[in-house]
Amino acid sequence: MSTESRFPAVEVVRLGHRFGSKVAIADISLSVERGELFSLVGPNGGGKTTLLKVLSTLIRPSTGDARIDGVDVLADPARVRCQIGVVFQHPSLDEQLTSRENLRYQGHLHGLTGRPLGERIDRELSLLGVADRAEDLVRILSGGLKRRVELAKGLLHQPSVLLLDEPTVGLDPGGRREFWDHLRRLRSTHDVTVVVATHLMEEAEGCDRIAIVDRGRLVALGAPDQLRAEIHGDVITLETDDAGWLATTVTERFKSAATVIDGRVRIERPDGPSFVPRLAEAFPGRIRSITVGKPTLEDVFVHRTGRQFLDGDDD
Amino acid sequence: MTSLVLPTTTLWWRECIRFARDRSRALSTIATALVFWTLIGFGLRGSFAPAGMPIDVGAVEYLFPGTVIFVVLLTAIVSTFSLIEDRRAGFLQGVLVAPVSRVAIVLGKVLGGSTVALFQGALVLPLALIVGIPITVGGVALALAALFCLAFALTSLGFVLAWRMESIHGFHGIVNLILMPMWFLSGALFPIAGAVGWLQTIMRLNPVAYGLVSFRNALYGTSTAEWVGPGLAWMFTIAFAVVMFAIATRSIRR
Repeated sequence: MSTESRFPAVEVVRLGHRFGSKVAIADISLSVERGELFSLVGPNGGGKTTLLKVLSTLIRPSTGDARIDGVDVLADPARVRCQIGVVFQHPSLDEQLTSRENLRYQGHLHGLTGRPLGERIDRELSLLGVADRAEDLVRILSGGLKRRVELAKGLLHQPSVLLLDEPTVGLDPGGRREFWDHLRRLRSTHDVTVVVATHLMEEAEGCDRIAIVDRGRLVALGAPDQLRAEIHGDVITLETDDAGWLATTVTERFKSAATVIDGRVRIERPDGPSFVPRLAEAFPGRIRSITVGKPTLEDVFVHRTGRQFLDGDDD
Repeated sequence: MTSLVLPTTTLWWRECIRFARDRSRALSTIATALVFWTLIGFGLRGSFAPAGMPIDVGAVEYLFPGTVIFVVLLTAIVSTFSLIEDRRAGFLQGVLVAPVSRVAIVLGKVLGGSTVALFQGALVLPLALIVGIPITVGGVALALAALFCLAFALTSLGFVLAWRMESIHGFHGIVNLILMPMWFLSGALFPIAGAVGWLQTIMRLNPVAYGLVSFRNALYGTSTAEWVGPGLAWMFTIAFAVVMFAIATRSIRR
């Protein structure tokens, strides 16, 4: 169903939303290109879920516009619903029905029937490796399998945009990796743009581009490599009893900006490993541990927000 | 928007399948009703003669139609408990992001609950023969129609309540608070004609009372109430279903 390809798959313009006096999204603009694997990353409660709910027509935003394939979610939600597939954080499968029955009613909701529907169900279930569980009640499937059936359900009507909200919550690391393998494989089997919200930075690493969303704001947008490149060189983290004093002293003595994040001293240096002995010599007995690492997306978050990446309240 | 029929049918079908796979739910409602009926019926047998009935019936027979509607009313309203689960899980969200009209969502759910309730009522109905009610084929059809209206109305009512409820616990309480008086004051336990004046007024305002009269009339093939004619009883029975459904549809729109 890839019509109107001159439009971005997802376009969000100056979007804002508040629940009562609480600001959930404050002035976010971004667009996702056709065929991208795009991730919204950030702490829980940061506005990711609200943004996805706006895109899936469940919430009318307070201000701004959002479009799916050029169709406005406010003006024409019915058409948008034909174009999107959604996988929510909470399971949407009926546990009392079998996988096939769940997919069948989903097909019916989208106006699919009979043979063509049956063939699509078979195709999606086998692409996601759950064809052999088609006749099992969803209740008896493992968490990982349930999520894959959920994914098959979201793809059944061949949406042009697939929206996923924390799809791997509750899965063990193995299940998570497997689910992401399936997501990445979609680009070769489906003509679909994928937007995933996650609070796990390492999940976002494998995406084409990511948007870091925190406290309702867009704090970074770009390819993971490009974002990490903002941090010049390495990230050194020091554990100490008096972080404030150490940070000031390091900044003065080495002309290298040191900040205190969450009780630890954090330094960005191009020459990480060779800088470590100099630090150790300069402050004997005052540093409990020194960690050097290549920058991660968490470092990008810290770099941009000045805060440690920690999960807030669940949204 | 896809048409109304396919989504409605598929949501209706889901309710039926779920019911079929949860037999304990079905049996417990029927068992409760039969226990009520037997205990109260045989308990009152010697000391109860229904007032203002054009036909001559004993306590056990008098209570039978009320027992059937109890099964139907309870099953209908309980079928909407799942709406709370559906909202808490992602099921309902999944339906809401599909290109389906809101009316189809309510209709599918309400028709599903009504079907299940009607089925339960139909299971109990043959007991009429044991009691000695002279039912005919046409009578059974009309009786089922009356039960369907009641089921449809109560499922819609349950929908309206469940839509606003956060927990199943709270819903249980509300259901008891509403369902029990509705049933007690419908003429199921005692005829309206025998009640004191103010109670009669309340009972006449109870839509379930008209449904019960329609049901009883259908079973006996004659008018069984002096306080309301068969035509009027039918009108109110049908109106009850239509109005409750309209309210349910409105509640989801907001």
